[in-house]
Amino acid sequence: MKTFVMNTKSAKKKNISRLAVWTLAWTLSTALATFGSLFLWEGNSLLTALSIVLNLGIGIGMVLANRQFLEDCDELEKKVQLEAMALTLGFTLIVGIAYSIMDSTNLIPWDAEISFLVVFMGLFYMVALVFNRKRYL
Amino acid sequence: MKNRIRVLRAEKKWTQEDLADAIGVSRQTINAIEKEKFDPSLPTAFRIAGLFERTIEEVFQFEESDA
Repeated sequence: MKTFVMNTKSAKKKNISRLAVWTLAWTLSTALATFGSLFLWEGNSLLTALSIVLNLGIGIGMVLANRQFLEDCDELEKKVQLEAMALTLGFTLIVGIAYSIMDSTNLIPWDAEISFLVVFMGLFYMVALVFNRKRYL
Repeated sequence: MKNRIRVLRAEKKWTQEDLADAIGVSRQTINAIEKEKFDPSLPTAFRIAGLFERTIEEVFQFEESDA
């Protein structure tokens, strides 16, 4: 029994580390794809396309690492995470659409940027996690 | 859903951590089940009952308000 528990705990730590590495790699590859063509290879379309393919590939790795992390969570942790994800998905959809309408109807003087939604998702997910942990734990 | 885990655990002199380790969940999960903030899955409920050598009905009591 102890061995099983140790395996479960060490698997969880390993999954968190793996997810952190994939997330860091994806962030760096996003920076490379965004700024590479501006500062490193100045408009070389082939290198730009390759950096985007690399970014997508690493992104898929990050998503799979996240799925593995969720699969190895225990049932309460899974519930906390999935509820936070569901709330984040729903609110990102409705806020994103409202933000887009504000742009298309010129209610806001600037263009609606996708980066706003990414920041919103990240912050909302963290708040939802804290709220859910307080609720159950 | 009501349960008698805290009492049964005290009888065995087990900590929440001991029980959590024995069934492969976190200590926080055991705490949430004991405080009736969270209903465990059926396999976890059976594992808990099995560890205490009780039937599932002796450990967990379903109430209509839980539905």
